[in-house]
Amino acid sequence: MPEVYLDHYAASPVLPQVIEAMLPYYSERFGNPSSLHGWGDAARKAIEESRQKVASLIGASPEEIIFTSGGTEANNTAVKGIAWAAKKKGNHVVVSAVEHFSVLHAARTLEKWGLEVTEVDVDEYGVVHPDKISEAIRPDTVLVSVMTANGEVGTLQPVKEIAEVAREKKIPFHSDAVAAAGHIPLDVKDLGVDALSLSSDMFYGPKGVGALWVRGGLRMMPLLDGGVQEGGRRGGTENVAGIVGMGRAAELAAGEMEERSGRLSSMRDALIEKLPAAIPRLQLTGHPARRLPWNASFVVEFIEGEGMLLFLNQKGVAVSSGSACTSRALKGSHVLSACGIPAEIAQGSLLFSFGPDNGPGDVDYVVEVLPPIVERLRQMSPLYDKFQKAGGWLG
Amino acid sequence: MNPRNVGEIEDADGIGEVGNPVCGDMMTFYIKVDEDGRLSDVKFKTFGCGAAIAVSSMVSEMAKGKTMDEVLKISRDDVAGQLGGLPKNKMHCSNLGADALHKAIEDYRSKNKEKESQHG
Repeated sequence: MPEVYLDHYAASPVLPQVIEAMLPYYSERFGNPSSLHGWGDAARKAIEESRQKVASLIGASPEEIIFTSGGTEANNTAVKGIAWAAKKKGNHVVVSAVEHFSVLHAARTLEKWGLEVTEVDVDEYGVVHPDKISEAIRPDTVLVSVMTANGEVGTLQPVKEIAEVAREKKIPFHSDAVAAAGHIPLDVKDLGVDALSLSSDMFYGPKGVGALWVRGGLRMMPLLDGGVQEGGRRGGTENVAGIVGMGRAAELAAGEMEERSGRLSSMRDALIEKLPAAIPRLQLTGHPARRLPWNASFVVEFIEGEGMLLFLNQKGVAVSSGSACTSRALKGSHVLSACGIPAEIAQGSLLFSFGPDNGPGDVDYVVEVLPPIVERLRQMSPLYDKFQKAGGWLG
Repeated sequence: MNPRNVGEIEDADGIGEVGNPVCGDMMTFYIKVDEDGRLSDVKFKTFGCGAAIAVSSMVSEMAKGKTMDEVLKISRDDVAGQLGGLPKNKMHCSNLGADALHKAIEDYRSKNKEKESQHG
């Protein structure tokens, strides 16, 4: 049976060159970067080289990069750290309604701490409009956080324009770039952001490692108190091997970005073109043109996501869904909801995310196996039944 | 996954619909009742996850051939038990299955008040 893995937003294999770069730091070069001897020096050198590589990926200075345990920690650090450090200036934060939970739930915690949060709405494609951000900003706003791109529906946000709005009002602007870094060119100076989150596993480095870039001079409380690692901004002995892996992955991503995004987007486009032709009442979610190279997300009417996932899994295809049943909390996707997609249609969500191990044959296989699955589930569905009885037809 | 009894009954004696697509699960059960008050046929349609489909299938199998009173005694735990257990966050699906079937019986009974009193 074919193995077609199309869930790279969830996890990807780590590149062999990355694993190779990491391994010595588990065995021979196991030292603590803070130690004042040869073993420590070797580890220190390795993480500083990685820091330079990650900085290069986003056009930043290495001393402004903090390594973290992943995108979630980077987002928590930015949202809580920047807002809390600015407490005396004000207590209001602006975020978009389609942020990742590591931003949204961190913002909710800020509310518990006595701050106020405004969640700005998006349009039907999930795009955050700069004017809406401008309207939401108040005299007591201390932080704006809007993601660079949304990993669920693929939409690229107008980061530069939002950064202009924030800069004009002199408010720090953080952007969660986890879904975008390594896939689209990012330059922090050009974008005009003040903080940026990255996660190693999104560009084929190891899980559990990420980075937060913060513009020099921007005050931010640490999330993790402890030792004075990372310039006193993030306590804890560094995950040396992981950081080395992230650096190598960043280096490869920077060097191969154009080629990779070309490959990924052509598979994405093939699926976006072929699937709606093969399955009626299936619609693309997110922006049709300004989207991540690796994301093809849809909603399929009259049926539910987990059902599709189970049948697809039987055929060897791995994908994800934003339906309520597929979430641990049994809640449907907040992103699809923010895009104005009715709840029962959002239940039929399918998220295809392409990666380095995929090929055009994978697209054809999905186009072959998914339509009969959809048909079978529709035959079982009372919603489809009602639709047909009301005179609807999927000609 | 091979669910049994998917479909509808054109001239069903009772129809029970529960759940709503907004929360992700919806089931419609159709029953045919014979002169002895037994369920001679049970069919269903389901909008929902794998657990919902499995539950509907199991409930339909458990109910066939039983009297209405026996069917009313089928509980969510019986259904989950017959399936070999359900993960905790899917237990609500088993509620839905049993509820939909019970509703189908209520529907039948409200349509057939006189017939019912003859069978007891």
